[in-house]
Amino acid sequence: MLVSINWLKDYVNTQQLPPAELGEKITRSGIEVDAVIDRSHGMTNVVVGYVESCVKHPEADKLSICQVDVGEETAQIICGAPNIAEGQKVIVARPGAKLPGGIKIKKAKLRGEESNGMICSLQELGIEGKLVPKAYAEGIYVLPKDAETGSDVIANFNLDDTVLELGLTPNRADAMSMLGVAYEVGAILSEEVKLPEISYQESADTAASMLTLTVDAPEANPLYVAKVVRNIKVQESPMWLQQRLMAAGVRPHNNVVDVTNYVLMEYGQPLHAFDYDLLGTGNITVRHAKEGEMITTLDDAERKLSAHQLVITNGEKPVAIAGVMGGANSEVSDATTTVVIESAYFESGSVRQTSKDHGLRSDASSRFEKGVDPNRVIPAAERAAQLLSELAGGEVLSGSVVFDKVSKEEKIVKVSPDFINSRLGMKIAFEEMLDILNRLKFTTEAVNGQLVISVPTRRQDIQIPEDVIEEIARLHGYDEIPATLPEAETTPGGLTPYQAKRRIVRNFLEGAGLLQATTYSLTSEKSAKQFALEKTETTRLLMPMSEERSILRQSLLPHLLESVTYNTARRMDSVALYETGAVFLKGNDELLNEQEHLAVAITGLWLDNSWQGEKKPVDFFVLKGIVEALSAKLGVELTFERGQMDDLHPGRTAFVVLNGQRIGVIGQLHPSEQKARDLKTTVVMELNLAAILTLETEALVYTQVPRYPSMSRDVALVLSKFVEAATIENVIRSAGGKLLKDVRVFDLYEGDKMEEGKKSVAFSLTYFDPEKTLTDEEVTKAHEKVLAALTDVGAELRS
Amino acid sequence: MEAQLQELKTQALEKIAEASTVKELNDVRVAYLGKKGPITDLLKGMGKLPAEERPKMGALVNVVREEVTTQLEARMVLLEEEAINAKLQSETIDITLPGRPVKTGNAHPLTRVVEEIEDLFISMGYEVAEGPEVEKDYYNFEALNLPKGHPARDMQDSFYITEDVLLRTHTSPVQARTMEAKGGEPIKIICPGKVYRRDSDDATHSHQFTQIEGLVIGEDIRMSDLKGTLSVFAKKMFGDDREIRLRPSFFPFTEPSVEMDISCFKCGGSGCNVCKKTGWIEILGAGMVHPNVLEMAGYDSKRLTGFAFGMGPERIAMLKYGVEDIRHFYTNDVRFLSQFQRTEL
Ligand SMILES: [Zn+2]
Repeated sequence: MLVSINWLKDYVNTQQLPPAELGEKITRSGIEVDAVIDRSHGMTNVVVGYVESCVKHPEADKLSICQVDVGEETAQIICGAPNIAEGQKVIVARPGAKLPGGIKIKKAKLRGEESNGMICSLQELGIEGKLVPKAYAEGIYVLPKDAETGSDVIANFNLDDTVLELGLTPNRADAMSMLGVAYEVGAILSEEVKLPEISYQESADTAASMLTLTVDAPEANPLYVAKVVRNIKVQESPMWLQQRLMAAGVRPHNNVVDVTNYVLMEYGQPLHAFDYDLLGTGNITVRHAKEGEMITTLDDAERKLSAHQLVITNGEKPVAIAGVMGGANSEVSDATTTVVIESAYFESGSVRQTSKDHGLRSDASSRFEKGVDPNRVIPAAERAAQLLSELAGGEVLSGSVVFDKVSKEEKIVKVSPDFINSRLGMKIAFEEMLDILNRLKFTTEAVNGQLVISVPTRRQDIQIPEDVIEEIARLHGYDEIPATLPEAETTPGGLTPYQAKRRIVRNFLEGAGLLQATTYSLTSEKSAKQFALEKTETTRLLMPMSEERSILRQSLLPHLLESVTYNTARRMDSVALYETGAVFLKGNDELLNEQEHLAVAITGLWLDNSWQGEKKPVDFFVLKGIVEALSAKLGVELTFERGQMDDLHPGRTAFVVLNGQRIGVIGQLHPSEQKARDLKTTVVMELNLAAILTLETEALVYTQVPRYPSMSRDVALVLSKFVEAATIENVIRSAGGKLLKDVRVFDLYEGDKMEEGKKSVAFSLTYFDPEKTLTDEEVTKAHEKVLAALTDVGAELRS
Repeated sequence: MEAQLQELKTQALEKIAEASTVKELNDVRVAYLGKKGPITDLLKGMGKLPAEERPKMGALVNVVREEVTTQLEARMVLLEEEAINAKLQSETIDITLPGRPVKTGNAHPLTRVVEEIEDLFISMGYEVAEGPEVEKDYYNFEALNLPKGHPARDMQDSFYITEDVLLRTHTSPVQARTMEAKGGEPIKIICPGKVYRRDSDDATHSHQFTQIEGLVIGEDIRMSDLKGTLSVFAKKMFGDDREIRLRPSFFPFTEPSVEMDISCFKCGGSGCNVCKKTGWIEILGAGMVHPNVLEMAGYDSKRLTGFAFGMGPERIAMLKYGVEDIRHFYTNDVRFLSQFQRTEL
């Protein structure tokens, strides 16, 4: 809502407050002022000029040489506008003038001819192009004939004004009008509100003699008023009206349309004007549309109507979509002589739905959607009739055609002063509460210590005692509320074990050298299932903004890998990222099964100590090591089993298993997937973190530190390339007996010194007896059993 | 023989003084004190002396031998020390070379902000509550006093999955769920999480972002308690000399509703580009829980009251760290992420 302060002064005394100060008061008491706009933009030296003569420039087709009377003198000015003509009153920026955008006007020579100033368009005075009347959109603005030559344009045409731009919250529909803002300012400044005085001559003929009205949809349209004004002359509105509309962000058209828009801005009540002769039937019928019925609206769009949409008809065909937009078939034009002014109460839900259906939001629909004041519907129609008789020479037919079933009663809210103070945590005196309510023009009585408040219908946001608390608190001032803390007994607070463990995981991974990433949950059809641990149906948005963000992800890896590629494409060759977040699987009820996952993606060098010559590219075992250490940290037993997954290297992929369930995957990207993503060797991992973190961990009990030394024996084995270390380790463990405490691979050799298809693996075995120091014989005895078992399974002992 | 002995001593001491390395000194030791050395020879030759002279002569030889030995040992200590020093000198490293890198990662800046806020409220007795990101229309809107067709639904254009299920547009449904689950009992929670709105991504908008909201319900919870709580938050998060101010606002789920500004932490209130010359920075929205919301969740709004507040970690991170584009939080450029490593304590 754009509020011209000069206009506002018609209704309320603003106490000569500087605009910024007034804006600050409004903001602090309830309605945010987003901007304070000086309409003069600091302009100076801009006057009314009279074009005495206008001839073509001999050297330039598009320029005219004008002799312009600017009051003190007649100045020669070169003008490039196509619509410049002799006899016009125009806006002249004199030499030395300052215009918006830091433009300074100087004497100049244009193609050899002197130019002493500039004839201006409205755009050059800082008015947005879309607000300039169409006739002047492409050229200079022509002032009315009676504009006084030499007079100051800024002062005389309301450009010495400041506009407050209000950022209205949906509850404050009352402030979508100048009168509504006047009530608000009146309450803040303790000033009275002066309503427009409505008076006009009525013709002897009645409106009812020319127009009949039928309302077939009283629920959607409980109040409809029509007035008829005839013998009007459609023309440009006077300057003051045009300027007020432009200040309010409305483009002037002609006096009829401008009057309806002016009253809309003044009262917040949308009006519509029909050309009576084009209606053709002398009847208005309000009904629901027939399914598939068509109408061409004022924006020249042909629109198909549905049965739930309300239309205004002439008894035969639609002439307007109720509360949204008029029809082209009954539009007011320069030829119009008789108009029907419609003022109505359309039910908000109906207008909202229709406006949404057609993608049409107008100044009218946005007010109906939030609910207009039923007590302003009739006054607004009368105000329009008055202005049409004053500005368009119209003859207002007496009376109106009315259908009225709407309730205009004021809401009664009862609240006790103690309740108000206890909810606020402060003491506001009863008298002050009364004073605030009076300033708001809420009729208030004190009955048995209770405030009994009649809320005017313009304030439909005030329904319950808490709403009254807000009114009193905001006008008393939020700064006055003390700062306290809740007095209830204190609770311990804290994280759940799950939340605490999530932080442990985070800290662990960061300690291991990974950066935490955050990616989007919405993805494309193509990426939604890639790397998913569980294959379930995907979930699609009803109305996605793009295909790229249309489906809920089932794996974190596709986006995490996109982030890796983003970095490598910018020459960050070594990247190690992790992310925790939900994946979205089909659930058992209407909601999804949201599973918190952990994903890691690493590419490039894992170890990079360049000047000491230590460089190691990342591999599968980096991630396996991270999972192993993480499982130790969390006290859960995770195992690994060889497996395969699309887009992972078939020989370098393992599933992570928890209690027999596959809850994760580790692997190197498949070379073709790496290529597709423009990556070098990259390893990835994804775990169902929720499955791990929901497990309860056992209490930690310490194991005694060994009191006796342990002894170790190494064994090197030649094995078939395909025998897994874990298989051999199992053989060793089961043969080693209770003295064998630990088995560890310490060397692997697969080079060309080995026979084809073979590899050498060396294990270090640790023997230990918690009761005593082991003797060499005891160890040898145990170790020989191990060696025998190894030979039995075909392992060749290497000397 | 005595003169011969003195001569021998003088010679030996000279050689000791001349020796410049451990090896040379060892050669001197062997030459004079060794088994084939002149002093040993002298002792062997004592048998030829008359018996009465032998003790005297023996004593004399021993004195000389001891003195030579002492001098030699002293010289040896010196030379060994020199040798060690020379060796250490040759082992000098260039300490200006970089250290062996320690691999470190760090939390995402949004996690950093969220956890800082969580910890602050945990210290004030709050629990952390979480809920689903795909939510029922009921919890996201209806239970929060936003029935179907409510004009305020326009404020948050949403991603629907079915007519009744959508990506949550705020973390408030977690509050609605917690209230329903608590069955009318007092509550003190903080709810962080991801939320989604139908916005085109640009420097200040993101279709996915994070929120953190708080809810306190109890007997006699007052608006002053909200103000006091927010004041503690502002000071802990943005500095002890922060002041707060409340401005009236509107949210369907609170009444009265407020927006909270803090005095600008950059200029202190005199006006700068961070606060757009106003001296104040808008940080969060809050209010007293609307009685409809309490009643919908089964609370007796006459007996229990509450307050709620909500803020955007992105906005806080952008303000705190001077980040100019919200998309940085979702691009995961490591040159951005790794800047949030160090502590600010
Ligand atoms: Zn500042």
